[in-house]
Amino acid sequence: MSVGKSVARVDAIDKVTGRARYTDDLTDKGALVAKVLHSTIANGMVKSVDTSEAEKIKGVVKIVTCFDVPNYKFPTAGHPWSTDPHHQDVADRLLLNRRVRYYGDDVAAVVAENEVAAAQALRAIRVEYEEYPFVLDQVEAMQEGAPLLHEEFPNNILAHTGYENGNYEEALKEPGLIKFEGWYDTPTVQHCHIENAIYEAHMEGDRIVIIASTQIPHIIRRIVGQALGIPWGKVRVIKPYIGGGFGNKQDALYEPLCAYLCTQVGGRRVKLDVSREETFVSNRVRHAIRAHITTYVRPDGTFVARRLESFSKQGAYASHGHGINAKAAGAFGQIYRSAACKVDAYTVFTNTPAAGAMRGYGIPQITFCIESHVEDIARGLNMDSLALRRKNMMEVGYKDNFSKNENYFDSLNQCIEKGLAYMDYENKRREYANQTGPIRRGIGMAIFWYNTAVWPIALESSSCRMVLNQDGSVQLQMGETEIGQGADTAFAQMAAETLGIPFEDVHVVSSQDTDITPFGTGAYASRQTYVGGFAIQQTASMMKERILRYAHELTRMPVCNLDLKNGVILRTTDGRELLTLAELATEALYSLTNSQHITSESTYQIKTNAYSFGCSFAEVEVDIPLCKVRLLKIINVHDCGRLINPALAEAQVHGGMSMAIGYGLSEQLLFDEKTGRPLNNNLLDYKLSTFMDHPDLQAEFVENYEPTSAYGTKALGEPPACSGAPAIRNAVLQATGVSIDRAPLTPHVLFERFKEEGLI
Amino acid sequence: MYDINALYEANSVEQAVALRLEHPKAKIIAGGSDVLVQMREGKLAGSDLISIYMLDELRGVTLEGDGTIRIGSLTSFSHITKSPVIQAHINVLGEAVDMVGGPQVRNIGTIGGNTCNGVTSADSASTLMAYDAVIELTGPGGKRLVPIQEFYLKAGVVDLREGEIQTAILIRRESYEGYKGHYIKYAMRNAMDIATTGCSANVKLSEDKQTILDARIAYGVAGPVPMRAPSAEAAAKGQPVCAETVAAFGKAALDDVNPRTSWRASRELRLQLVEELAKRCLTEAIQRSGGDL
Amino acid sequence: MEHQTQYKLVKCTINGKKTENMVDVRASLTDMLRNDYRLTSVKKGCEVGECGACNVLIDGECFNSCIYLAIWADGKEIRTLEGLLGPNGELSDIQQAFVDETAVQCGFCTPGFIMTAVEILESGKEYTRDELRKLLSGHLCRCTGYENILNAVEKTMKRRLGKA
Repeated sequence: MSVGKSVARVDAIDKVTGRARYTDDLTDKGALVAKVLHSTIANGMVKSVDTSEAEKIKGVVKIVTCFDVPNYKFPTAGHPWSTDPHHQDVADRLLLNRRVRYYGDDVAAVVAENEVAAAQALRAIRVEYEEYPFVLDQVEAMQEGAPLLHEEFPNNILAHTGYENGNYEEALKEPGLIKFEGWYDTPTVQHCHIENAIYEAHMEGDRIVIIASTQIPHIIRRIVGQALGIPWGKVRVIKPYIGGGFGNKQDALYEPLCAYLCTQVGGRRVKLDVSREETFVSNRVRHAIRAHITTYVRPDGTFVARRLESFSKQGAYASHGHGINAKAAGAFGQIYRSAACKVDAYTVFTNTPAAGAMRGYGIPQITFCIESHVEDIARGLNMDSLALRRKNMMEVGYKDNFSKNENYFDSLNQCIEKGLAYMDYENKRREYANQTGPIRRGIGMAIFWYNTAVWPIALESSSCRMVLNQDGSVQLQMGETEIGQGADTAFAQMAAETLGIPFEDVHVVSSQDTDITPFGTGAYASRQTYVGGFAIQQTASMMKERILRYAHELTRMPVCNLDLKNGVILRTTDGRELLTLAELATEALYSLTNSQHITSESTYQIKTNAYSFGCSFAEVEVDIPLCKVRLLKIINVHDCGRLINPALAEAQVHGGMSMAIGYGLSEQLLFDEKTGRPLNNNLLDYKLSTFMDHPDLQAEFVENYEPTSAYGTKALGEPPACSGAPAIRNAVLQATGVSIDRAPLTPHVLFERFKEEGLI
Repeated sequence: MYDINALYEANSVEQAVALRLEHPKAKIIAGGSDVLVQMREGKLAGSDLISIYMLDELRGVTLEGDGTIRIGSLTSFSHITKSPVIQAHINVLGEAVDMVGGPQVRNIGTIGGNTCNGVTSADSASTLMAYDAVIELTGPGGKRLVPIQEFYLKAGVVDLREGEIQTAILIRRESYEGYKGHYIKYAMRNAMDIATTGCSANVKLSEDKQTILDARIAYGVAGPVPMRAPSAEAAAKGQPVCAETVAAFGKAALDDVNPRTSWRASRELRLQLVEELAKRCLTEAIQRSGGDL
Repeated sequence: MEHQTQYKLVKCTINGKKTENMVDVRASLTDMLRNDYRLTSVKKGCEVGECGACNVLIDGECFNSCIYLAIWADGKEIRTLEGLLGPNGELSDIQQAFVDETAVQCGFCTPGFIMTAVEILESGKEYTRDELRKLLSGHLCRCTGYENILNAVEKTMKRRLGKA
């Protein structure tokens, strides 16, 4: 049995020895270097680009400007394509833009023999702009008269969705209800994978080959085809190991441009290595969501009517667009239940970097808003906030009409119990009540809702291929990608489990190559073990059946009395070992009478989805005069179904918790109000947590076997990033009595609030 | 690959001085943690550089015959922290530079570079100020000594004249003997960060530990360059060791500083820090001196 | 005026082997190690000394090779992750600990972290967890929350000191 064991990662040895090859390690030394010129205004039109000085620089091979590129508008979101035009992503991108919409937009590109020449050329290009007024704030952008980014979207509203459960206006008329209302704000943050996006493109025949640091190679093939106006099959995308993605690389970033540039230099190899500064601004960011939440509550704490208006900052281009706020809006109506719930969610263009997918896809934002609000209600009612949550959170047996998800287990309470025990929550909560003095401690918690994969919003399918080798080992190929999370290892464990062979005998082909790898949409939506599991289970079962049929040829035993366990063909009636898979495999391949190449390949489409719940608890110490929060202790507890690999799952949770700590305390991409220029687009000024900004991270699990899942598992990739920030915020509230309605809780924010509340 | 137009390597101080005279526009590169970063971001792209990194004669901390502590300008932060001379006589300096960036930056960053770039947030600067350090400059006319307070001219500009390089930082015996100090770096992260405000204070107590004979305090990022707070010092000097003195010290510091609002922090937050850090640094310095608070 | 590329002969020891090479004076040590010696464990994450991915040991101390001029390597002893394997290709204890403690995810920060761990371990000193955090704080990691990396370094340290 392989599933459920903490086996070492299949790629661990390569990664601790430096043998693992990432894109830059694979690029040719002779590749030309491409660099992108970005706009230095936040909104406007490029009137002219003067490249004459740049072209004189030795080593410059080609300069392409926004006046040169083909006029194929393309979408960038890493979503499965929809054959229904109404469900397709918004195609609002060109390779380079005359109409620039944010400080950092792409205006021109240089291809040179080396990076120094390319950088010099960028500095020598003169761009003349016609400047327009710009707008950075999503709520301001919706107002009449605000600068318009895209003509097709009046008031800059990319999308609005709303829903109403029950009758909100009627419900709030119930006598005796207490109204709570708040505005909550979350920041623009960036993924900060340590490997920046990087690409190398060249041509073979009339086809373009791209090595790309991406989460979604098959989707990139389609988007490059769309952007260049060429048949998708003319594009081959190879994805080697990548240094993290977290959703940023679930988007077409500069793959289309790199591919195009290579076609402009005769198909020579062109490398486009995105700098860290560009990564912050000209890739994708997480949507900042501002939420206005109103709740009508009975004096006993029962939620009766709830209202959400949420405003999601899209930035300059649609990318993943409204999907993020739509998911957040869905969570609002489900995590807590009430007689009536009314939601309006807006996604709004602004003159800021395009927001795309980032770990959690709307849930970290809305969880901060909801869980801050719930804590404030509890305080207002003078009620224990945990009791308030338990009274109103999604009940066991709840079934969602849209997704058809069912809440099968009491996961939230089970997770909360584990958190309470680890933190000694009740005692601490009492101990920290009513403190005075400059240094105070507090403890807080938050719960979250997440659902796995993208069905029924979009397609969910996965393909798998298995090939039996001469020695009885098996190659495993998946369209779903390893991006650091450990997918390859989990896939190998699941394959070994169903095939009945040792884990070591499964060889995962880690790299995806769209010419070779079966189709798969890639790593996103915490879908891989869930969705990929079906394809693996089905393909392995088919493979095993073929193996047993061949065993029948060799042994004359009926297939129904044969089984494959731990790499050995057994007779099930008496357990006798008949032959090893290695013996069978060798015979099958080399038999002069009945040679068979045993392979298996299949696609599995799923039409289910699964809830993935959990919670965070945090304990903090607040230094009031210095306006600083020190995180003392933190735990996440998750029910992601059965754990395929407990050690990897725990590690995955640690990483998400770390992101949540940054989200809660320090991370925020800032822009100059006067120019729209990014202020802190580097790793020094953008404060992601360092080794010294964390206490020890504790991850625990509740394992309720997910009934809709091939291996009992469900989402874990993104959920760890969802509830840490509000848990910290609620701990600060307990410590100081000050409610802070915006993340991150930086000293700047604390200083203003402490002054308002008279603490300093 | 950096956009360096020409690189001149000095193999001795004399040669460095000669290169400075010969190429007056060339930038000096010591450890490079500032110069190379600025070169990459385009600010210094295409510059000529004079590398003094290989001048091992400018490395190391020594105690001279008269008790002066001599810190070679190319001594890395980590070597200052590890130096027995520093640990014995002015440990607070070792502690302060141990808060620069991270371990790698502390291995490449030099105290000379940290002062010559004229940056107000430099972690070494406030402690050097608070200990009346003297900057040794070597130029065509030989050596020139400048008190560190005079060395800083304005933001990003120091008194480094034609043909000169900084060769050492000196701390005289009377500046450190009997003093104990404390540095607080206030930053948004606990590592890999620059100071929002830095504060270094030190005191000399009477033998009975009841009176503050002398108190000195300096800040980073409380003004355009690192600065002393003379009002605070006057408020503590000769005063009894007690909470009131500490409070008065913190308040008085506000009279001396002039922080500005930037996206990194508001003037108001920095003023809050100026007062609070002064009190905490003084308290710790008093306790380290054996005083009871 | 056309730029004349300047070269300098750099002789140094890399992973125990004496080497010499004509180096463009504009090259960073990262450039030299990756391009001239194909030591691709030296990763580029920011190129301004803020992430630690390019960390190597120079004369036993950790440096971000991205902001270290290649010409300064002259006469120095340089070590990268590629130099840690035993004579028969076996993993060193710290590499094995990174595997065993699940301290590796995307793997991009891993080589830099391991080289800092080597400096820590070779000091022969025993450090507290907080001290180890500080010693490792020059590296950013977005996958692991640092937790298992700390465990890997701490356990190896204790094992080497005979305390585990």
